[in-house]
Amino acid sequence: MSTIETHTTRVTVTVNGREVSEEVEPRTLLVHFLREQARLTGTHVGCDTSNCGACTVLIDDEAAKSCTVLAVQANGHKVTTVEGVGNGSGGFSPVQEGFRQEHGLQCGYCTPGMIMACTALLAEDPQPDEHQIREALEGNLCRCTGYETIVRAVQWAATNGGAGEWA
Amino acid sequence: MGMIPARFDYRQAGSVAEALQLLASCDDAKLLAGGHSLVPLMKMRLVSPSTLIDISGIAELQGVTDTGSVLRVGALTRHRVVERSQVVAQHVPLLAHVAGLVGDPQVRNRGTIGGSLVHGDPAADLPSVALATGATMVVTGAAGERRIAAADFFVDFLETAVGPDEILTAIEFPKRTGAGFGYEKFVRRSMDYAIVGVAVQAGDQPGIALVNMGSVPRRADAASQALAGGAGVDAVAALAAEGTNPPEDLNANADYRRHLASVLTKRALLAAGYR
Repeated sequence: MSTIETHTTRVTVTVNGREVSEEVEPRTLLVHFLREQARLTGTHVGCDTSNCGACTVLIDDEAAKSCTVLAVQANGHKVTTVEGVGNGSGGFSPVQEGFRQEHGLQCGYCTPGMIMACTALLAEDPQPDEHQIREALEGNLCRCTGYETIVRAVQWAATNGGAGEWA
Repeated sequence: MGMIPARFDYRQAGSVAEALQLLASCDDAKLLAGGHSLVPLMKMRLVSPSTLIDISGIAELQGVTDTGSVLRVGALTRHRVVERSQVVAQHVPLLAHVAGLVGDPQVRNRGTIGGSLVHGDPAADLPSVALATGATMVVTGAAGERRIAAADFFVDFLETAVGPDEILTAIEFPKRTGAGFGYEKFVRRSMDYAIVGVAVQAGDQPGIALVNMGSVPRRADAASQALAGGAGVDAVAALAAEGTNPPEDLNANADYRRHLASVLTKRALLAAGYR
């Protein structure tokens, strides 16, 4: 294999309303940029193959799998992680509260990605039916709950404030 | 930690002309659009391009245009945009329907129609739509544009007719306004690639195309001809796997795939309004 001369490139992303600007290698994945440069470890690396959805974040308010996006692709864009949702005063967003009320998690590994996928769903469709919820979560795997309580968590959020707001 | 691509140089192209220049001047470069086919391959080190040319910001390659007789879909149009486009739903409803079945919502938010087609994956959904509808690929190179029929576009496993210094810039779909369509995708989990899939486009020039029934996306030629000749649903479905050489894997052997192709073809024909 030939040696390839590589350079770092400056990547500036607005993460949860805060500008994060770092020199990184172009091959840096967004999930690693968030965890290691922005120091936000709420976003999890799961399967690392864009199957499981644990790494789901919002890019310009749309759900995306951050293990399959290069950090340079998010340059100049807005990214929202699980740390960026809440009620604005340190408490939970309706989706997060729904997961607590309806026991939408057990081990919690998939939860950050689930929260972000559910948040994107409710932002787009505030009153999804059960089928629509299951369809919207087809890209997020949970090996604990069997999804029943996650569907109920989304329904709880839909009737208790919806997607919520974020920076 | 994790799977990380090999090192590469990153360049951005602001126009098709600039992207072509970069392609010509870099050895072993790859174009980056949504990255949802390429980045996984790079993470698994199945491909290690020396340079990535990011074309995602090229405005002229985005969106759907109604030119009268065809819908011209820019290569960088994301699946989610195609899925929700009123003009696509009206004039090429098979395309809108299948765009909504690619991967999962996160993938559809990022992945592009052109990226999916040039990847040439026989298990992908959208090549079957291009084949069933008789779409035309618009490829741009230093000498200008050339047009390639979908039937001539997929040449080998993960290989298309796009040359090393060319770019797929648009896909032209003939309008199928008011015509029936069907798409059947057999999967074990909703987000998976099809074990077998079948696309049916009804109308004056009907077409049937197969997903994951060989090393390239392909039209079901015998079945398509029988359909055009007015054969019944069962007779057409029986011809679905004619001439195919289906892959064998954990999910299905070749015989089972042939069986699925017939069953799914019948279902797709019924959905398209054939009896």
